[in-house]
Amino acid sequence: MDGYSGALKRLLEENNVRAGDVIKVITEEREYVGTVIPRYEYASQDFLTLKLLNGYNIGIRFDKILSIKLIEKHSPPSFKSTLLEFKSKNLPHAVIVSTGGTIASRVDYRTGGVRPALSASDLLSVVPELADIAKVDAEVLFSIYSENMTPSHWTVLARKVHDYVSKGYEGVVVTHGTDTMGYTAAALSFALKHTPIPIVLVGSQRSSDRPSSDASSNLISAMHTSIEAPFSGVYVLMHGWVSDERMEVHLGTKVRKLHTSRRDAFKSVNSKPAAIYENGRLHVILDDLPKRRPPSSFDIFPNFDERVALIKFYPNMDPEIFSYLHGKGCRGIVLEGFGLGHVSSRAIPVLKKIVRDGVFVFMTSQCIFGRVRLTVYDTGRDLLEAGVIPLEDMLPETAFVKLSWCLGNFGEDKVLDVMKANIAYEYSSRTILEEGECFGK
Amino acid sequence: MENKNFKAKVGLEIHQQLNVGRKLFCDCPIMEYDEAEHRILRYLRPTQSELGEVDPAVMFEFRKNKANIYIYNSRASCLVECDEEPPHPINMDAVKAAITVALALGSKIVEELHVMRKIVIDGSNTTGFQRTVLVALDGVLNADGIEVPVQTISVEEDAARLIEERDDAKVFSLDRLGVPLIEISLAPIEADPKTVEKVALALGRLLRLTGFAARGLGTIRQDINISIEGFPPCEVKGVQKLDLIPKVIEYEMMRQYHLYNIARLLKEKGLDSNSSVGEYVDVTNLFEETGSKVVRNALDNGKKVYGIRLIGFRGLFKMEPYPNVRLGLELAEMARAYGLGGIIHSDELPAYGISSEDVERVKAYLSVGESDAFILILANERDFDALSALRQRMLQFFEGPVPETRGPTGDGRTKYSRPRPGAARMYPETDIPLIRVSKELIEECRRFVPRPWNEVLKDYMQKYGLNEKLANQILDSAYLGLFERVCSTTRLSPTLVAVVLTEHLVNISREGLDISILDEKRLFELFQLLDSGQISKESVIDILRCMCKEGISASDCIRRLGLKPITEEELAKMVHDTVLSNRSLVESLRERSFGPLMGMLMEKVRGKADGGKVSRLLKEEIARLLQNT
Repeated sequence: MDGYSGALKRLLEENNVRAGDVIKVITEEREYVGTVIPRYEYASQDFLTLKLLNGYNIGIRFDKILSIKLIEKHSPPSFKSTLLEFKSKNLPHAVIVSTGGTIASRVDYRTGGVRPALSASDLLSVVPELADIAKVDAEVLFSIYSENMTPSHWTVLARKVHDYVSKGYEGVVVTHGTDTMGYTAAALSFALKHTPIPIVLVGSQRSSDRPSSDASSNLISAMHTSIEAPFSGVYVLMHGWVSDERMEVHLGTKVRKLHTSRRDAFKSVNSKPAAIYENGRLHVILDDLPKRRPPSSFDIFPNFDERVALIKFYPNMDPEIFSYLHGKGCRGIVLEGFGLGHVSSRAIPVLKKIVRDGVFVFMTSQCIFGRVRLTVYDTGRDLLEAGVIPLEDMLPETAFVKLSWCLGNFGEDKVLDVMKANIAYEYSSRTILEEGECFGK
Repeated sequence: MENKNFKAKVGLEIHQQLNVGRKLFCDCPIMEYDEAEHRILRYLRPTQSELGEVDPAVMFEFRKNKANIYIYNSRASCLVECDEEPPHPINMDAVKAAITVALALGSKIVEELHVMRKIVIDGSNTTGFQRTVLVALDGVLNADGIEVPVQTISVEEDAARLIEERDDAKVFSLDRLGVPLIEISLAPIEADPKTVEKVALALGRLLRLTGFAARGLGTIRQDINISIEGFPPCEVKGVQKLDLIPKVIEYEMMRQYHLYNIARLLKEKGLDSNSSVGEYVDVTNLFEETGSKVVRNALDNGKKVYGIRLIGFRGLFKMEPYPNVRLGLELAEMARAYGLGGIIHSDELPAYGISSEDVERVKAYLSVGESDAFILILANERDFDALSALRQRMLQFFEGPVPETRGPTGDGRTKYSRPRPGAARMYPETDIPLIRVSKELIEECRRFVPRPWNEVLKDYMQKYGLNEKLANQILDSAYLGLFERVCSTTRLSPTLVAVVLTEHLVNISREGLDISILDEKRLFELFQLLDSGQISKESVIDILRCMCKEGISASDCIRRLGLKPITEEELAKMVHDTVLSNRSLVESLRERSFGPLMGMLMEKVRGKADGGKVSRLLKEEIARLLQNT
């Protein structure tokens, strides 16, 4: 009950006490009056958590408790959401599809950490400014941490977005946990062909239960972008710097989480950001972005094959791992090689063998930035000869998602052609010299 | 006005910075450093507590909707202060400090500590909350024979330092954010203001004796809860100087008596809040041709003039039974706290260029009678929240003093800062696991519990040969560590060192000089110069003045003041010459010529040579001359 177990649970039950009730606790030392707070799983079970009248929580040792007494019954703690009034009837229709993550998380009494819990409408009540931008509908599609996302979630999400856009929604924002938001953005980029409007994925690096959360500014900017931007496609919008001023809009295939905790963790890699959202205005940076399109050309290829692996090569890696993967039914492997796209010579014969056996093997670089080139050194040429296909400046994660998508939607004879084709801006033919470091000012 | 029978209740809350090496939730050093490497701009929003409520104090700050700008320097802050990285594990030394104080006060130590987030969205915390943990409850402080019950002892992070408050933004430096503080709340006691000061001093002394307390200006701050009998308390936050405490209490008592008396007066007149306090009326059009610059400027900026009638209030707003205690001031300061320019009340009109014709027009429009008053507020339509808060306050004039958070003005007055927060602003800090307080930890802390002040004082007097007053002063001083270092590394008399570090510094600070510039390094150099005889003790105070005024080192001051010490040879020659040129005096007075000759010499070398040395040389020289004759 409320995370309590054993003798403590019995004591609470005997006194008809539940979380949220105000009780008096009498111990050997003194009396305490306060609200019973749920106890979470990993915390020691010998303590009762009490919120004192001054608001502080304390833990009281069970073996010191002489008795407890119910003072007042209360409903258990819950989030109160308020109904929104939409300012004008002429606003566009938009939807927020929630998948969980920090942008929609609250304290979790089970683990003591935060977990996705806010419903999309709770989110609306937390960010009332949204009501000035659009008539916003909300749907909680999943309520999971993004690390638990799988290709089948991508499929469900792609279908859902396709539905909303097809129904005529003029703005679609997907809230997502940040850990794998880059993967999902790539997945939607491939799965949704010729989107009429920009689909914007958004997350937050500080949970929405804190006053400093970046959730609201990200969400507001994302909604503006989805409704107002002149381009279409799939994008990720997050802070461009640690201030709440400049948001960056990244191509869904060119974005990577490059910092564990900063608000501006997401950066465009091997590309400039597609656009900047600042002071209520969108500035388009990339000039060859797809324009908004008529809904008639909108199409969906929502399948993903799960028999794909993304492998980072490391010094002295045992090449048998590739045979093992092949043996487990793996249909395709994206390698994160060293530098220009190398692995140790020892691995090449094994790779050659699995390619001959029908496994697709592609090369990207663990350098993250830059382009692979297998023609510079012997090892590279040997890899080419073994049938390993270099993927230019495609991000390893994007390559992994794309391979899964190719195998899910096309026959094996098409895979190489589709992998080499530029479907959703995942390739750029020119690598631009950019100033400064990734996390400068 | 009647006030003699009132008794005030005063509760103290002390915040003391802890000197425990690093910040509470990260590994940054504790130092002042506000040179901007980066400026970070942020907005804060209110959130609900885990019980699903939003705190009134939090809503107050949010309505002002100001941006916050944080000055970041990598020497003093890291990503944790920027709210860009989760907190590191709590600094256990700070927890030990609190347990030590709890043991010294006989408090009950909480067995499992829960770090909480106290929601504060005035911008002083980048996160929008202050992390705080309750470590102990109850206990008794013994202050010079007075027993004061202790309510709570907690450890919390200090807030960012406010550098500038602009119209559109507040500017903070991140260096102070996260510095560990111990917070001790004492139960309200019925006592006169001077006694409360004594209580604060006793608690401050206990903290200093543990060795965990940081010393120096701004390292200790007092919050004072003050109430008059039968009414809820007002909290005055952030009183830094001990001697301001009695003044703040006296002012608050007078202010609260006045509010009580106003309520009584209104009742005697047979008035009640709902029929007396009117609704706001837009009177902008009455001011279309006004000659008032204040009003004109506001109208040009798109503001409107709102008027409100108060039946039976004539004369009440300007009534000033005590200095700076007026209803008008009460409302004006609240209006300013809400971001409005202030208010204009009818008791002070005509003024600010508002003519008596303007006044008559308003009176007629609002139906203001002879015994009534009105208030004008220049505001935007979107200032609705501020306007309703002000009207709410007017309704409360019928209730006497109301609970609110106030701030000290620096001259002993207080002014409105925000509504009082409730328990709804406490939320568990989910990034930090619970902390079990073991028996071993408590036993470890028992070793740090200090002996009573009187015992320490006695020891100090004995060890250094100080009198009681000096020993008290040096033990209270920010320079205690320096004092001990100087005494152990020089041959200077401890009394002299203590006098310089306490009385001299107090004196020159009273002269209006800024002594905060005198860091330990500079003062230590001064004592070294004194020890090596390069300056005389007579010149120390002049050098200190010079150091404060010019911001330069002691040796630079010696040059600047022409106190360049006389060399041994020069001094010997000077003594020799003086004796020779007064040969007849020496021969007639013999040894007794020492007095007048010493006077002559000191006239010439004061501040440049040590008196003891002059005296020794002079005695030798006189003896030599007498021997030769």
